Amino acid sequence: MNPGMEGTSPRILVILPAYQEERSIGGLVRSLRERYPYDALVVNDGSTDNTGDAAREADAIVLNLPCNLGIGGAVQTGFLYAKDRGYDVVVRIDGDGQHEVEDIPKVLEPILAGRADAVIGSRFLGETGYRGSIPRIFGIRFFRLLVNLTTGYRVTDPTSGFFAINRRLVAFYSDHYPSDYPEVDAYILMHRLKARTVEVPVRMYDREEGNSSITPFRAVYYMVKVTLSYLINCIRRFG
Amino acid sequence: MSRVTILSIVASAALLLYILEMVRRRKLREEYSILWLAGSVVILVLSLKQDWLVGISHAVGIVYPPSFLFLVGILFILLILIHFSITISKLHMMNKKMAQEITLIKESAKITFSGDR
Repeated sequence: MNPGMEGTSPRILVILPAYQEERSIGGLVRSLRERYPYDALVVNDGSTDNTGDAAREADAIVLNLPCNLGIGGAVQTGFLYAKDRGYDVVVRIDGDGQHEVEDIPKVLEPILAGRADAVIGSRFLGETGYRGSIPRIFGIRFFRLLVNLTTGYRVTDPTSGFFAINRRLVAFYSDHYPSDYPEVDAYILMHRLKARTVEVPVRMYDREEGNSSITPFRAVYYMVKVTLSYLINCIRRFG
Repeated sequence: MSRVTILSIVASAALLLYILEMVRRRKLREEYSILWLAGSVVILVLSLKQDWLVGISHAVGIVYPPSFLFLVGILFILLILIHFSITISKLHMMNKKMAQEITLIKESAKITFSGDR
């Protein structure tokens, strides 16, 4: 257990960033709320459909951003909320149904047991049956190499958006969270904070509704941008 | 005086006056006028003081002195563009923070705006 968490049960917040997910967000929040006593926070990243309403009807806490900040800015808004409201642990899961709600206890357990500061769900550990497109797998391998060479962590899924973090990382990310593919950058931040990270196997599905944000041109752009941002985070000072 | 000298005197003097007028009317903030003013003053002085221009040009190995004026102009434009990139980055960060704070305030005050769906 982390200091201060003994005696009372930890307050857990599940953050779901969502953009144009009116068709899937409601069901996702409902299945979360049926299974767990945790608060569900939907960060609606300036959707023009009814994502925010659908989430509210499903009994989520909803943050409606006035404009689209991109995934990193949206998730960071969730971290700011968690920090303000004093949550002990934050779980971040995709708002499009790609992750399995049933796997949440797996990413929570090492944190609740005090064995890790961050637990990342990996679709490449164990028999998770994930099949990605060739460019996507290439990108993941590239970032895996980058992270493992620079941090000494042994990471299998550096772009996983299914993770849990404790208060310390929530507080840090509230001030410093990257904008695109923040998960890759997060590894160098965690390394520099000497955070203990653990990967656990999780399932990952193809998208049910909505469109993935990646086109080939943007994929190359993001690879360059994330690599630059990552390398600069290696030498940046955090005040 | 050669025609190119007259041209650079007129152009840099006009730029200098235009920038000063924009600042005076508060259409341009002082902090964004400094590089423009410095650039136009340097070009104006070098255009008026031909012997300085020739001296510096020869010192750095430039045969045709007016091309040193182009070099100075390009360098100032580069500095101004870098300054803009930094300013845009700062505004981007401030804008993100404001959007996030507004969002948190809306939630805690249970305010919904017409744009929230």
